Amino acid sequence: MSGPSTAEPERIQLSSAVVRFAGDSGDGMQLTGDRFTTQTALAGNDLATLPDFPAEIRAPAGTLAGVSSFQLHFSDQDIHTPGDAPDVLVAMNPAALQKHLSALKPGGIVIVNTDAFTDRNLQKAGYEESPLHDGTMTDYQLHEVPVTGLTLRALERHIEEGALNKKEAERCKNMLALGLVSWMYSRPIAETEEWLEDKFSSKPEIADANVTALRAGWNYGNTTEAFAFTYEVKAAQLTPGRYRNITGNQAMAYGLIAASVRSGLPLFYGSYPITPASDILHELAKLKHFGAATYQAEDEIAAMGSVIGAAFGGHLAVTASSGPGIALKAEAMGLAMITELPMVVIDVQRGGPSTGLPTKTEQSDLFQLLYGRNGEAPIPVIAASSPADCFDAAIEAARIALTYRPPVALLSDGYLANSAEPWRLPAVDALPALDQAFAFTTEPNQQDGGFAPYLRDEDTLARPWALPGTPGLEHRLGGIEKEEGSGHISYDPANHHAQTAMRYARLERIGAQLPPLEVIDPSGEAEVLVLGWGSTKGPLQAACHELRARGRKGARVHLRHLAPLHPDLDDLLRSYRVVVCPENNMGQLAMLLRARTLVDVKTHNRVTGQPFASDELVEVIERMGWGEQT
Amino acid sequence: MTTNETKLTKKDFTSDREVRWCPGCGDYAILATVQSLLADIGARPEKTVFISGIGCSSRFPYYMDTYGFHTIHGRAPTVATGLAITRPDLDIWVVTGDGDGLSIGGNHLMHPLRRNVNLNILLFNNEIYGLTKGQYSPTSPLGSVHKSTPMGSLDRPVNPVSLALGAEATYVARSIDTDRQHLSGGLRGAYEHRGTSFVEIYQNCNIFNDGAFAALREKGQKEHNQIRLVPGEPITFGPEGERAVIAEQDGSLRIVPTEEAGERVVVHDPTRVEPTTAFALSRLAPSPTGPTPMGVFREVDRPVYDDELRKQVASARERYGEGDLVELLEGGNVWDVL
Repeated sequence: MSGPSTAEPERIQLSSAVVRFAGDSGDGMQLTGDRFTTQTALAGNDLATLPDFPAEIRAPAGTLAGVSSFQLHFSDQDIHTPGDAPDVLVAMNPAALQKHLSALKPGGIVIVNTDAFTDRNLQKAGYEESPLHDGTMTDYQLHEVPVTGLTLRALERHIEEGALNKKEAERCKNMLALGLVSWMYSRPIAETEEWLEDKFSSKPEIADANVTALRAGWNYGNTTEAFAFTYEVKAAQLTPGRYRNITGNQAMAYGLIAASVRSGLPLFYGSYPITPASDILHELAKLKHFGAATYQAEDEIAAMGSVIGAAFGGHLAVTASSGPGIALKAEAMGLAMITELPMVVIDVQRGGPSTGLPTKTEQSDLFQLLYGRNGEAPIPVIAASSPADCFDAAIEAARIALTYRPPVALLSDGYLANSAEPWRLPAVDALPALDQAFAFTTEPNQQDGGFAPYLRDEDTLARPWALPGTPGLEHRLGGIEKEEGSGHISYDPANHHAQTAMRYARLERIGAQLPPLEVIDPSGEAEVLVLGWGSTKGPLQAACHELRARGRKGARVHLRHLAPLHPDLDDLLRSYRVVVCPENNMGQLAMLLRARTLVDVKTHNRVTGQPFASDELVEVIERMGWGEQT
Repeated sequence: MTTNETKLTKKDFTSDREVRWCPGCGDYAILATVQSLLADIGARPEKTVFISGIGCSSRFPYYMDTYGFHTIHGRAPTVATGLAITRPDLDIWVVTGDGDGLSIGGNHLMHPLRRNVNLNILLFNNEIYGLTKGQYSPTSPLGSVHKSTPMGSLDRPVNPVSLALGAEATYVARSIDTDRQHLSGGLRGAYEHRGTSFVEIYQNCNIFNDGAFAALREKGQKEHNQIRLVPGEPITFGPEGERAVIAEQDGSLRIVPTEEAGERVVVHDPTRVEPTTAFALSRLAPSPTGPTPMGVFREVDRPVYDDELRKQVASARERYGEGDLVELLEGGNVWDVL
């Protein structure tokens, strides 16, 4: 065995790892996490991420309120969640340690930036004395690294030469931390070097300083012997194909572009900035060469109005918001519903009510989208279930809109919006041919050469989509009740009832034309059904996987369509002894299912602003009955 | 604007729906003027869209045999903006009222005006809520006694023309329901102007607010009170042109006997880029009960929002080529799993 001075740290093979970077909002933790994610994706692991940041852009430095974190779970297996408890916590200051230490696995690794553990910072974090030496860290593997000092030393030359000042140099400390963790997990850093050079191409001195800090972090790990082990997580056996990493908001934007390309309709995207939906607007604003017009309206109502106008004009019209904005759009959504113009309304849900928790996740807008309009105003509601699934969900929303002509509500949430996962790229030619879903009406549909804008297609119950500019089809739309066929204003009592029934019938028609529900029950003998919708899919998948690994039997189904509910659902729910429906709300889908099927659906509800941990769901599902089976 | 194919008549713009405004309502006159005008200027019904909000005036689209959209309260400009962005080939008219456009929809009115979206906005001002049966509106004079203000209204009215000029609208005019020729002129100008045109139309509500514009409508009064704005002409008015508008040192305008005005009479020029003088003109009449300027206050060229937006799309295509979906999806870091 070699002497200690030349010891190579032992490399340990792991199946998976969970790393959490935490620091001040100004410490660049989101960027650090993003880079580590890309490096990990390129290493071929399956992965899932969970960014978590405060709503304040620059909360007071060093405080608990200002802590921003990024968690990454990566594995050589197929994984579904960003991981429950981290194996490694990188804490850039005392507040980050205070806020996140309790989440760490017992015996987990903590890397702290000791330079930030000043009396003042300790006090801001609520520590009376430094936790590093008072026994707090006994159960963990603590690595004390003077991250700031090392960064400044690495950049001494840059500072001397005046390429950047001390403050600017200090800002590179996140790259030093990234270099160190990259070394620990044997992640190549070359791609991040290229990325930095590209990002700061107009400021080469800043690029060089960041690259220097990144390398210094790597070298620190490699040479100091402070770390006895390095880790390796081999590439995952993913389904063959071409992959990229993608967040939910980005996948949503790409899905809308794909829907535009596949329908042959130019995209019109009108929206008002709101967290966590704004990134969809930012992404689409860069894609004008696809013919996409993006319009930042003066408010949420105007955004909704603009998509109604654009749909009337014959474009693929889309808006997005979050809960508070959807509340403002409600009246105009009712107008969209009664005028039966095709459009997509995306709700990237966040913690509510009112302003709520803007940067946190929740599934509590389901009822708002289902029922949050005056009168009987049923519209289709669907949900995306993973970051990459936002792409498919956007296309499905467009398909329903173009085929049946309602405004379609598409639910995402803060977790999906900002989290990333590897995405196997679809074959573009195999995406749904949305141009087959509709045809603009160009000829009169009456014997006498007149045009009846509410004469419906027998198969889809959709009314004609006749665009202004078409001679002979001049007609008037509006929010007043319509006479069937002619679309004229009608106050006739029987007509109003018939129209209301028709609007429900049209909704149910969408359900009747869906493919069968996909129920996952490898044993075929399950008596318990776990049911979910939206972003709980990952944690539910992981929990069911874990239970099956323990030899338990159970079935799982995840709903894409919330309105209409799938017609198979009634029989499906009645065929199980127990149905469990965990949600990040107070039981909205469960209430709906109970009302519809009269099945005593069990609930598990939590609104912490965070996605479910799979451990929690394992425990819940076992308790509800899955555990009783062998 | 569309080309004149076969000559159409007023009838071609008249729908088969029964008009349901109260007998004697000023809206009838405006409707007839608009229908005739569209035929005269060679508009095409299929290329014409009327979009309205909620209120008496907002029933307008139902009576036009064009495309139409009766939207929701105050929001017509938002729907019209979405349509204008997607369809440069259409002539889009927004019909709104003082309650719809200035109260519930006040915010939405300002934004097309500042953006200069290609729309013609007609604001029927009757200084009252008609459809909800007679409450005061944002243009009702201070102290108005109506159902909701039995002791008199407390809030100062807004002057729609001042508001439009404050938002730097590129075409701003004012006319009155009963003066068909004058109204036609203002509307024709709006039709021909590219960008947002704003026309305030004084419209009498004979049920809830009869006579609000008597000073400008009635024989014997209107000759003394209508200040007709004629481009290139000195601003004088009265049966004999005996009164004139002059500029004060502080930039405001004042009415004086013409004989005292001499060289100081303001010559009307709606094409002035600075809206200051036009604004000062709009301030001459705090309410339409005395001398009130009528006609085109401002008419200037400025880039049109929806044209510019489409140009950005076109230039993005020129720069990056027609978007390619495969290229987009494979952008960034990709890796292959074999």
